Amino acid sequence: MKNKMTLRKKRENIAGFFFSLPCIIGFIMFAAIPMMVSLGLSFTDYNVINHSTFVGLDNYSKLFNGDDPYFYKSLKVTIYYVALSVPTSIIFSFSIAMLLNRDIKGKGIFRTLFYLPSIVPTVAISAIWLWVLNPDFGLANSILKSIGLSPSRWLTSEATVIPTLVFINLWTTGSTMVIFLAGMQDVPRQLIEAVEIDGGGFRTKLFHVIVPMMTPTIFYNVVMGFISGFQVFAQSYIMTSGGPNNSSLFYVFYLYREAFQFMRMGSACSIAWVLFIIIMIFTAILFKLQNKWVYYGGE
Amino acid sequence: MGKAKKILNKIIVYILVIFGGIACLIPLLWMFRSSLMNSVEIFMTPPKVFPSKVLWSNFTEVFELYPFLTYYKNSIILVVLIVFGTVITSSLCAYGLARIKWVGRNIVFACIMGSMMLPFAVTLIPTFIMFRKIGFTDSIIPLIVPAWLGGGAFYIFLLRQFFMTIPRDYDEAAYIDGAGHLKIYMKIILPLTKPAMAVVGVFSFLNTWNDFLGPLVYLNSESKYTVALGLQLFTGVYRSEWNLMMAASCLVVIPVIIVFIIGQRYFLEGLTMSGVKG
Repeated sequence: MKNKMTLRKKRENIAGFFFSLPCIIGFIMFAAIPMMVSLGLSFTDYNVINHSTFVGLDNYSKLFNGDDPYFYKSLKVTIYYVALSVPTSIIFSFSIAMLLNRDIKGKGIFRTLFYLPSIVPTVAISAIWLWVLNPDFGLANSILKSIGLSPSRWLTSEATVIPTLVFINLWTTGSTMVIFLAGMQDVPRQLIEAVEIDGGGFRTKLFHVIVPMMTPTIFYNVVMGFISGFQVFAQSYIMTSGGPNNSSLFYVFYLYREAFQFMRMGSACSIAWVLFIIIMIFTAILFKLQNKWVYYGGE
Repeated sequence: MGKAKKILNKIIVYILVIFGGIACLIPLLWMFRSSLMNSVEIFMTPPKVFPSKVLWSNFTEVFELYPFLTYYKNSIILVVLIVFGTVITSSLCAYGLARIKWVGRNIVFACIMGSMMLPFAVTLIPTFIMFRKIGFTDSIIPLIVPAWLGGGAFYIFLLRQFFMTIPRDYDEAAYIDGAGHLKIYMKIILPLTKPAMAVVGVFSFLNTWNDFLGPLVYLNSESKYTVALGLQLFTGVYRSEWNLMMAASCLVVIPVIIVFIIGQRYFLEGLTMSGVKG
């Protein structure tokens, strides 16, 4: 009997290993090794063609002492974008989810309508908004003019390019809205009813029941928003090429340019690692702060 | 609260929802409307809402100017290879991590979860250099290989969570009947988790069809371009011919919308699973 058990255990070990083998190889090939290689390359001047030489911390010091003005510029642009896009998209999609969470007819259709833009390919999103926001012939400025407002330069002026990209991002937050809506189904009915019996209004219901109960979902969306916001790339690559005057030079765009246009792979790896560390610090702070405001029911 | 106020509230909610829903749709409708206009009408101010004559020839012109048929073919090949790879290997791994008790299970799972936090920017360059060294750049191989090796931490996690909810007694009963793990996986787990597989399938379709950075980095020859890259190329050249550009955009968007309409349920289910349980 005992022998049989150990035999089964052995077979389980072998089976488990072989079932998981694809992802083990995948992890080693596409996460573990590249991560180490990237760290190693960040201390070299590798440029694909020549042999690389070890340059110590040169790549990093070049970034931080301002030799490359684009580093701080792209960092500023990206932080500005994240600071605007995370709160706006959370509040916007939460509000829509609140609206759709009511007892309304055609809920499914509206949910589909709000979700639809988020599946559109970024390249197409970019083309559509380039046209809608065209300063001379675009729909947006025609609407502004027809209601008596002055037209905007949208993506073509330094001052408005980031707010415009934040606005376009709002259009694609349908998936966040769906996640909120799903979370709202788990808010206990009796808590809301209790507030109603006590004569509490909408505000009490929202800020004392729904928002507190939803904090885990809000937290999840904030973390995801931060991580993806820091890695925005395609929008600015296609719509603005980082311009005007580098005012939409996002961090990953800057990295892409270093790596694939200038072929400075060593330097690009150091840029990637700085990003990695920034994201880690931000997520660590978010996780640290979470016990101040995130409520996990029953724990 | 008075009854009148309740009704008023309801009306306000409906107005907001209807207005918002239409606002979400307008850019897409505007794209479609512009794709059917001639190059004079499209620049009129104030803009005309409907084209005076529907011009389907914009679409044929796009096909004549750029080989969008080739781009379609390339994208479809890529999607098929990636979706199959992802569904097969991520479910195998998820089975190994959810249904088999083995020594390295927890470590492997922790590593895979950890890799979700790794920004793609960090791994992109070494992976590119590796594929370049073995001579696979300007081919779809670098885009496909990862799909056949687990397909991404997110999918493995999603399926593992799903597999965990199936009662263990099923496996035990099958085991006593002499079934091995491969048989249990094929005959018990897969039939029970078809919806979860569909979720992985539709999301991996969407991510492949929409992917921009991957093809941009790995594909150089225009004959190998995907639809998304083709549109980007087109946008760069025909920046002032908005009717053609919008027709090209329609070509990229329409397949996604069709798949979305067919598999809508799975899109919404997948998001719900990731957000609420994750």
